[in-house]
Amino acid sequence: MSDPVLSIRNLCVEIPTRAGIVRPVDSVSYDIAAGEILGVVGESGAGKSMAGNAVIGLLNPPARIASGEIWLNGKRIDTLKGDAMRRLCGKHIGMVFQDPLTSLNPLLSIGDQLTETMLTHLDISREDARKRAIAALEEVGIPGAAERIDSYPHEFSGGMRQRVVIALALCAEPSLVIADEPTTALDVSVQAQIIALLKRLCRNRGTAVMLITHDMGVIAEAADRVAVMYAGRLAELGSVRDVLTAPRHPYTHGLMASTPLASAGQPRLHQIEGAMPRLTAIPEGCPFNPRCERAADKCRQAPAPRIVDGQAACWFPRVAEEAS
Amino acid sequence: MLAYIIRRVAQSALVLLVVGLAAFSMFRFVGDPVENMLGQERTAADIERLREQLGLDQNFVVQYYKFLEGAVQGNFGVSYRQGRPVAEILIERAPATLELAAVSGVLAILFGIALGVFTAIRRDGWVANGIMSASLIGVSLPTFLIGILLIYIFSVELGWLPSFGRGETVQVGNWSTGFLTSSGLKALVLPSITLGLYQMTLIMRLVRSEMLEVLRQDYIRFARARGLRSRAINFRHALKNTMVPVITVIGLQVGSIIAFAIITETVFQWPGVGLLFINAVQFVDIPVMAAYLMLISVMFVSINLIVDMLYFLIDPRLRLDRAGGH
Repeated sequence: MSDPVLSIRNLCVEIPTRAGIVRPVDSVSYDIAAGEILGVVGESGAGKSMAGNAVIGLLNPPARIASGEIWLNGKRIDTLKGDAMRRLCGKHIGMVFQDPLTSLNPLLSIGDQLTETMLTHLDISREDARKRAIAALEEVGIPGAAERIDSYPHEFSGGMRQRVVIALALCAEPSLVIADEPTTALDVSVQAQIIALLKRLCRNRGTAVMLITHDMGVIAEAADRVAVMYAGRLAELGSVRDVLTAPRHPYTHGLMASTPLASAGQPRLHQIEGAMPRLTAIPEGCPFNPRCERAADKCRQAPAPRIVDGQAACWFPRVAEEAS
Repeated sequence: MLAYIIRRVAQSALVLLVVGLAAFSMFRFVGDPVENMLGQERTAADIERLREQLGLDQNFVVQYYKFLEGAVQGNFGVSYRQGRPVAEILIERAPATLELAAVSGVLAILFGIALGVFTAIRRDGWVANGIMSASLIGVSLPTFLIGILLIYIFSVELGWLPSFGRGETVQVGNWSTGFLTSSGLKALVLPSITLGLYQMTLIMRLVRSEMLEVLRQDYIRFARARGLRSRAINFRHALKNTMVPVITVIGLQVGSIIAFAIITETVFQWPGVGLLFINAVQFVDIPVMAAYLMLISVMFVSINLIVDMLYFLIDPRLRLDRAGGH
């Protein structure tokens, strides 16, 4: 395999609070290759969005990258500041936000927002930018793109606006797209279309995608590999097939067991006892140990092992035969 | 949109009609001007003659109708005190007030918006914090005190600027302007700062808080994620989104700049309509007071009308909603 587009190594994000320093992202490492979609799943507060924001340099102060490295196309980017980071955003990293209703500026036409982004990053004329904007809108499936380019965001439906947002994120042809819950705010019927669109566009261009979601269905449908996050740490990393059908980490297993499947006639959904710990009160050892059926003394004392691809951060991972 | 404009114009006309009634009521309820005009040694015949001359012997409705008829034609009767048509006096005085208000308004808007944006973007910097603290002075000190302080510092102590009057003016048609002479411009400095300071600090504080609010919005994050330059983000994306509430307040404040000119004009003995009004109040010169009231309300109403039109230019969502019609 060629060098990954994005490579995160031992990333730690810290927020100083009155109660002490909390780590919403703790020693997270993963790679994303060109044309690959990495699904990042976890509950709210598991640190999945925070890691995405760290990559694109949009952490809200006082949150900051405390340690670790982020490499994009062989260049270290976590140390970049100010204008150098700005040039990277949009041009090399695109981002799609959760709520398409609020991520477009209501007072500028979508054509203005597209051409503005292209003119910032690409050395092209205004006319060319407009032509490319129309092409970009056609590509994301906006019907009558040439007529609608001067429309304002409020004239589009939620699903259409998310298509516009995707066109905006991709218009300067970045090599990495971070999609932060791109379908959460959308109608269920539109979700699948948006995921399919994102998948198709990125496959065609060989764009690497970090798809942040809490929806296992979205992961199953779109992702090639999955990173499961729990309390700011990586719980499991592996191919979608492995992680979804034969989860090694007890947390992933619990998550899968609590996902409704249309085919299986489960009478009651599984529930993981307890709740994810607050960041100020992460237990010693493995953060999942108070909720884990398999927890032993070792789990309460030693931090869970560091993992590479295809592993679970667990002292007693489930083996394939156990998989239900 | 046209229907909306027509409706707004009709509403404005109604407002003016009501203000007209209030202005006119003064004739009936604020003392008897005839007493004042004739002084101690008067005869009953004198009083009767003057009443007839001024039309005060007719009944209320007829007088109101005549007042409105005159007002529409710009005829507000004859000043009790000066014995000249009120319209003539107002036209003579209006340029002074309008020039003063225009300079103050422009200063307040330009500096208010610029400082508001600056203090929002550099919100943790010590310069911005200093400006914010200083702005409290503008908000809390009364206008007359600021005027007197400025006169003390710049006229009495430093002797740089005149403390009263308009300086030399040049007559351009009916308009006497102070913009064309250096003494006229110098004379404008202190009064316009005095008049505009409160509005400037108000606009600045409003722009700042609106900017801070807008800068937190998702579309600003998205604009940053797209790598737009901070100048484009701050001005094209953020400032434009703060403009609807800011323009509303600017509209109201420009109106009150003209109205508050009374105080500033008194402090600086500025020969404008405000000073005219104060003198008219002292003498119960009701035609002048009524005309002044009408003039101010016409300005308020027109400024509000302009503000409503500006909303359309700024916010495309209003264009759609309103064009759909109710």
